Amino acid sequence: MRLTQPAGRRLVAGVPILWLLVLFLIPFLIVFRISFSEVRLAIPPYTPLITWHHGTPSLDLHGSAYAFLFTDSLYVSSYLYSLKVAAVSTLFCLLIGYPMAYAIARAAPSSRALLLMLIVLPFWTSFLLRVYAWIGLLKNNGVINNVLLYLGVIHHPLALLQTDFAVYIGIVYSYLPFMILPLYANLEKHDTALLEAAADLGARPLRAFLSITLPQSLPGIIAGSLLVFIPAVGEYVIPTLLGRTDQLMIGRVLSDEFFENRDWPVASAVAILILLLLVVPIMWFQRLERQELEGAK
Amino acid sequence: MKSRGLFSRTALVLGLIFLYVPILSMIVFSFNNSRLVTVWDAAHSPTLKWYVALFSNEQILRAAWLSMRIALISASGAVVLGTLAGMALARFGAFRGRMLLAGMTTAPIVMPEVITGLSLLLLFVAMAQLIGWPRGVGAVTITLAHITFCMAYVTVVVQSRLAGFDQSLEEAAMDLGARPLGVFLRITLPLILPAIASGWLLAFTLSWDDLVITQFVAGPGSSTLPMVIFSKVRFGVTPDVNALATIMVLLVATGIALSTVWMRRAQRRRERDLQLAAATNL
Repeated sequence: MRLTQPAGRRLVAGVPILWLLVLFLIPFLIVFRISFSEVRLAIPPYTPLITWHHGTPSLDLHGSAYAFLFTDSLYVSSYLYSLKVAAVSTLFCLLIGYPMAYAIARAAPSSRALLLMLIVLPFWTSFLLRVYAWIGLLKNNGVINNVLLYLGVIHHPLALLQTDFAVYIGIVYSYLPFMILPLYANLEKHDTALLEAAADLGARPLRAFLSITLPQSLPGIIAGSLLVFIPAVGEYVIPTLLGRTDQLMIGRVLSDEFFENRDWPVASAVAILILLLLVVPIMWFQRLERQELEGAK
Repeated sequence: MKSRGLFSRTALVLGLIFLYVPILSMIVFSFNNSRLVTVWDAAHSPTLKWYVALFSNEQILRAAWLSMRIALISASGAVVLGTLAGMALARFGAFRGRMLLAGMTTAPIVMPEVITGLSLLLLFVAMAQLIGWPRGVGAVTITLAHITFCMAYVTVVVQSRLAGFDQSLEEAAMDLGARPLGVFLRITLPLILPAIASGWLLAFTLSWDDLVITQFVAGPGSSTLPMVIFSKVRFGVTPDVNALATIMVLLVATGIALSTVWMRRAQRRRERDLQLAAATNL
């Protein structure tokens, strides 16, 4: 409280607030506003919000971009498909990440730092290049097919690339550290005395895990899942490089509307509908973040 | 107890293999002679020809240089803004705009990139209409966008570091009559320096690597390295990208190893200082 004088404090807090207002919050209002325009051949390629008729302003709102999204089944199906892909990938991330985080949290303190570094290291190398690496592994004449053919497990190459499976792998692979880190942060704080007490009282390990460790780690599970699920819904690079061509994810649809069709109002409407879908998970995540950062005090 | 330990440890080993196999395969195939990328040409491999091809590819070199400059500036800008935001959130208690700031610094971390990218471009277009700046999109708009999404990460790193320290040192300095800026420079800054350093590295990496947001706010003639890579690999695998990946992995691994050693040493020095301080107090 006494740390800085009011003027200095106002400056310290004010500069980042101002920056984010201009470059983070206001842009969303602009997207919202353009989603109610109509596309036109001009610069910029959308109708203005306020038009002047004989000196009086009139509000020019169009719902056509939204109406369009619900008439073409492409958009609805991309939406549902993105939700499905994000949900399935999040589940797999959790199933793979939980035991990994658990093993690190229970490892000898001296080796924990090294194990954590091994988890984080891939995250520091290019995301794009790591997704690209999977093309080489999953292709028809890729590494996985060649190995399986060589071993005689299969006789014809499996079509692995451009499938849902490839997208799941890509997302799980890229987002796994985001699942493991919050889980580890949670599991590491657990008091093993409770588990020992349970064992002393005759609880089998699985039972002790289900009734003690799992419920206690719920905040970590939720934080990790949100960190994977929210960005995965709008994922663009992974489905574009690894995914199906007959079923697009919503992030790709948005990008195509903008770059290929040059339809800014529809792209904006897609963005607004993704946000509507994600606003609850995002606020949930923010609450958890706040508790985590302020509870540490 | 024992069997579960075995299960989770097996999962950890398999998980680590899963994380590293793709990276290792890129490294191995970067030395492969065959154009077919995934078919090992034993007779003529290993070869360095893709590295030679990489370093004579003008387009890639130009893009890498642009990405490097953007990442240097973005990371530095993000560190300044992120440290200010982290300080305000961790040390100012309740103030007007706190909720707003907290919300605006966590949201960009999970926000799907296509939305951030679209909204930033529409902002730049609106600004150009309204105030005539920025004129067109390019390196400047890319840098502004990168600073914005990178500062969120720096804020979290700095804020959690500050939350781990109590304010007693800073308060003691204030009681002894130090001015706020002096307290920050002499006490707070040295304490959070490791967080600032890792925040800068994180911001640099994110900026260097970003594709989606960059694509929205880039213009003709401002293709960054990820944009060039993406347009190359979108239509199949190219061996020189493997060589590029190998170089980047090596650089990152070296950087991480060096910074770990440095941080450990700093940590040990601090512990020794604390012990000394405790001993003199006795």
